[in-house]
Amino acid sequence: MSKDFHRSVSPDQSGLRKQRSLWSYTHLDLPLLLLLLALCVTGLVILYSASGQDWAYVERQAIRMAAGFVALVFLAQVPPRVIMRVGPWLYLLGVALLVGVILFGVGAKGAQRWLALPGFRFQPSELMKLVLPIVVAGYIARYSLPPNVKAIFVSLVLIAIPFALIMKQPDLGTSLLIGASGVFILLFSGIYWRWIFLSAGVLAASLPGLWMIMKDYQKQRVLTFLDPESDPLGSGWNIIQSKTAIGSGGLSGKGFLSGTQSQLDFLPESHTDFIIAVIGEELGMKGVLVLLALYLLIVGRGLMIAVKAPDSFSRMLAASITLTFFVYVFVNIGMVSGILPVVGVPLPMVSYGGTSIVTLMIGFGILMSIHTHKSMLRR
Amino acid sequence: MDQRRFNDYQKENRFFLNRAVVAFLFVLVLMAILVSRIYFLQVVEHERFSLLSENNRIKLQPVAPRRGLIYDRNGELLAENRPSFSLTLLKEEVDDVDSLLEDVATLVELSATEVDSFKKRLKHRRRPHSTVPLKSRLTEEEIAKLSVNFYRLPGLQIEADLVRYYPHPDSLVHAIGYVGRINERELKALDPNKYAATHYIGKLGVEKYYEPLLHGQVGLQRVETNVRGRVMRVLEQEDPTPGLDIQLSLDLKLQQFTAKLLEGKRAAVVAIEPKTGEILSLVSNPSYDPNEFVTGISFDDYNSLRDDKDQPLYNRAIRGAYPPGSTLKPFTALASIDSNSVPVDHKVWDPGFYQLSENGRKWRDWKKTGHGRVDLNRALAESCDVWFYDTASKTPIDVYSDYLGRFGFGQVTSLDLPEAGRAILPSNEWKQRREKQPWYPGDSLNLSIGQGYMIATPLQLATATAVLANRGKWVRPQMIKSFIAENELTDEQREIIQQLQQKPTPPDIELNHPEYFESVIEGMVNVVNAPYGTARKSGVGASYTMAGKTGTAQVVGIAQDAEYDSEALLERQRDHALFVAFAPADDPKIAVAVVVENGEGGSKAAAPVAREVIDAWLLGDYTSELGDD
Repeated sequence: MSKDFHRSVSPDQSGLRKQRSLWSYTHLDLPLLLLLLALCVTGLVILYSASGQDWAYVERQAIRMAAGFVALVFLAQVPPRVIMRVGPWLYLLGVALLVGVILFGVGAKGAQRWLALPGFRFQPSELMKLVLPIVVAGYIARYSLPPNVKAIFVSLVLIAIPFALIMKQPDLGTSLLIGASGVFILLFSGIYWRWIFLSAGVLAASLPGLWMIMKDYQKQRVLTFLDPESDPLGSGWNIIQSKTAIGSGGLSGKGFLSGTQSQLDFLPESHTDFIIAVIGEELGMKGVLVLLALYLLIVGRGLMIAVKAPDSFSRMLAASITLTFFVYVFVNIGMVSGILPVVGVPLPMVSYGGTSIVTLMIGFGILMSIHTHKSMLRR
Repeated sequence: MDQRRFNDYQKENRFFLNRAVVAFLFVLVLMAILVSRIYFLQVVEHERFSLLSENNRIKLQPVAPRRGLIYDRNGELLAENRPSFSLTLLKEEVDDVDSLLEDVATLVELSATEVDSFKKRLKHRRRPHSTVPLKSRLTEEEIAKLSVNFYRLPGLQIEADLVRYYPHPDSLVHAIGYVGRINERELKALDPNKYAATHYIGKLGVEKYYEPLLHGQVGLQRVETNVRGRVMRVLEQEDPTPGLDIQLSLDLKLQQFTAKLLEGKRAAVVAIEPKTGEILSLVSNPSYDPNEFVTGISFDDYNSLRDDKDQPLYNRAIRGAYPPGSTLKPFTALASIDSNSVPVDHKVWDPGFYQLSENGRKWRDWKKTGHGRVDLNRALAESCDVWFYDTASKTPIDVYSDYLGRFGFGQVTSLDLPEAGRAILPSNEWKQRREKQPWYPGDSLNLSIGQGYMIATPLQLATATAVLANRGKWVRPQMIKSFIAENELTDEQREIIQQLQQKPTPPDIELNHPEYFESVIEGMVNVVNAPYGTARKSGVGASYTMAGKTGTAQVVGIAQDAEYDSEALLERQRDHALFVAFAPADDPKIAVAVVVENGEGGSKAAAPVAREVIDAWLLGDYTSELGDD
C-alpha cells in the first residue's frame, strides 16, 4: 500500500503517464462505477417488488439514478483543487439556507426540512452533507498533520454549526450523519487516539443532555427501540413487522414478489427506509449477504482510493465520503433489523427517494475526481 | 523545505494508512455485527418469525351457508335467494366513521334509517375484522360510483351476498313469514359459531320455525388478508352446507286465488286437508311485502304499515281473535247431545226469544219471529239460537269446555306456525281466575252460540272443522309437507327434524255416541243444501256435497230489545261474517274457515268465499264468481 502512495506522488515514476487510458480521460473509476451500477440495478429490482410492482416507482427511481450518474460524471471532471476552493463559499451558502429553512421552511410531521423554491423543493441539509467534509478537510489540510488544538477546535465549530441547525429542524438522523462526516475528517487527520477516546467518553456522558433536547417523537423512537413490544400497534409496529419480515425470510427467502409481509402491506415504509426487510423476506439471508458484499466492496474501493490519494485533503475527503456512505448502510440495516433506534436514514441507492441518491452519487463523483486527478501540489 | 515536506508526507502517510486500516477493520466489525444480527433473525429465530408472519396474513373466515329454499306442494318456489351487493364497512380500517359516512353520502343516497341501523349494528358484538353492512341492494350505478372512489375511502367494501327474496310477496307473507337482519337480542341467543357469517335469520312464520334446518352449516375458509384485513385470496375452503330445502303443504295457486278473493277486505281464510292436517291455503288480508323487511325497512315505511288502521301486519289467520258466533254451534250441539245433556232428538219451540226464568232477560234469536218447532237438524241448518239457549241451560259448562277443548279450541295445536294464538276457551275455572266470578247460566247461553267469552282464531276454526269432518280423528295442522333430499339428511338434521316434529297430535275424539257426528254433519250439510239452510245460496250448483256453518259475530253489544241496524252502524262496528265448511261431506278433502271482518252476515260475505275456495280445490275451478259485494 505504501508503495502505491510513493508512486503516485513521484512524477518520475512512469505509471501515471503511461497508463493514460480511456478511463483516465473520462476521470472515471471503472471498478467503482461497475459496483455502483450493480447496486443501482439491484436497488431497482428490489424496488419493483417493494413498491407493489409499480413500474412508476421504478421509472422515477431510474430517472433519479440517471441524474445521479450525470452528476457523478460531471463532478469527476472537477479537480479536487477546485472542490476545495469552492468549499467555504458553499458552506456559507449552506448555512444561510439552513437558517432559511428554520425561518421559512416547509415540512411534514412537525419537522421543517425543505425550502420551497419555485418548481421544486430543496433540502439544504443534503448540500451540507457534501460540503461539510470538504470544508473541514480543506481547513485542516492547510496545516501540517496531525492538527493542533486550535485547528481541531475550529473544525469542531465548523461541524457544530450545521449540526445544530439541522438538529433544530429537527432531523436527528441527518444531523448525526453530517456530524459524523465532519468527525471522520478529524479522525483521518491523525489526531491522537487518546483525544478520540476522551471525546468519545465525553460524548457518552453527554447523552442524557441529548435526551433533554430531543423532540417527543424522537424520544418515542428511542423508547420503542429499547422495547418494541411495549406498543405493538403503535410505534413498535414498524420494527416488529420488519423483524418479522426479515426473520420469516430465512436462509433463501420466500421468493421474489412472494413476501407476504411486504406484498400484503404488513411492512410499513417497505419501499423507502425499510426496503432491506423486503430483500430479507423475499431473497433471504443469501440476498442480504450479496447486498452487504456489494456495499463492502464499494467501501473497500473507496478506502483504497483514499489511501492512494495524492494529498491530505483528498485522502481525508475520500475516506470521509466512503465512511459516511457506510454509516448510511449500517444505521439503516441496524435500525430495520432492530439493533438501532429508528432514525430516518435510507438504504443508499436502494431506498426509494430522490435527494439522497443524487447526493451520494455526487460524493462518488468526488471520489473519482480524487482518484483520477494529479496531485494538487505544484512541484 | 522540500525534504521537510516530504518527511511530513511520509509521517502523514503513515498516520493515514494506520487510520485507514483501523477504519476498514471498524467497517468489517460493524458488517460482522449486521451479518450476525441477520443470521440471528433469519436462521436462529426463523421459525418464530415465520409463525408471526403466517399469523399476520392468514385468517380463518366463516362462510355463510345458502339458506334453504321453500317450495309449495307442487314444487313452486315460494322463497329463494338472490345475489345482492351491499356496501359494508370494516371498522378496524376506519378512523372517523362519521366523516366517512358523510363522504359516502355524497356518492350514494343514505337514508336516516340506514345510518341509524348501521350505527346500531356497529355497536353489536362481532368478530374482529368482520364487516358491518351499511347499505343493501346496491344498483349497478351505485357500485360503479363507489368503486371508482374506493382508493380514498379505506374500509369500505362491496360484498356480494345472497339475500332472501319472496317472488309472491303479499299473498304469502302471513303464511311463511320472512327473514330479516339479525338483531342484538337474537345475536345473544344464537350460537356465534354457527351464525358467524350469517346476516339474516327467520323472523316470523315458517322461516322462523324451520330456521335450524333452513340455515345450514357454516363453512370456513382460510384466507390471506392484507394489513387492512382485506381478503387477497382464498387459500383453502371448507364449503358450507346449504340449508335444507323444504316443501310446504301450501298450494300456491290456491293461496293466490284465495288472496284474490279477499282483496279489499279485512279477512282471513285457512284451508286444511282433513286427512293430513296439511294447510293448503292460509291468507290474511290486507298484507304487505316481506322483501322490504329482509334488508331493513325504513322507519317511515314501517310506521305507515304499523299505523295503518287496516293493520296489514296483523296475521288474522292465526292470531285474529274473533268470537266464532254460530260457527261454534256444531261443536256445542255435539257437546250437548253426546254428553246426554239433551237427547239427540231434542226439540224446542222457538218464539223468537228464550228466557232462563219467567220474566227474566229475553235472549233473542237472530230471527225476530222465531223458527217455530226446531230439532237439531233445523237448529244447525237455520242456525236457530233458541234451540242452543235451551240446550245450554241443560248442559254444564264443564261439558262445553271439555268438548270444545278436545276440538282444539283454546290451544295451539298447529305444528309450525310459531305466532299462532291460543285465543280463549272459557271454562268455570277460567272465569274464576279471570273475572273472579262464578260461571253463570247466561254465560253458557252465550257460549252455546259462540259469543260471550269465547274467542277463536280462523286457524282453530278450520282445525276443529277438519277434525269434525274426520269424525273425530285428529290431524295436527301443519305447513310442512316434506324435507327435500330426505335420503341424504345428516344425523344432525334428522335430530333437528325430530325435535321440530315433537309436538304431539291431540288424541282422537271418541264420542259416547260416534253416530252423533253424522247427526251434526247432516245439519251442516243442510246449512248449504236444504232449502231452509242459511247458506243455501252458496250450495247452488255444487257437484259435491258441502257441509258448512255460517256465523255472525257481534262486534258491538246490542242493547236488550234494540234493533240491529247495519245502516246506522259504522262500517267497523258491523258484525263479522264467518263460515266454516268441509267437502265432500262423506269423504272430506278440504276444510275451510273464513272470517270477513265487518262482513255482516256469514251467509252473505263468508260462505261464498268458502265455496270458491272449495270449488277451486276440488274442481280446479279458479274463476271467481264473487261480485264486488
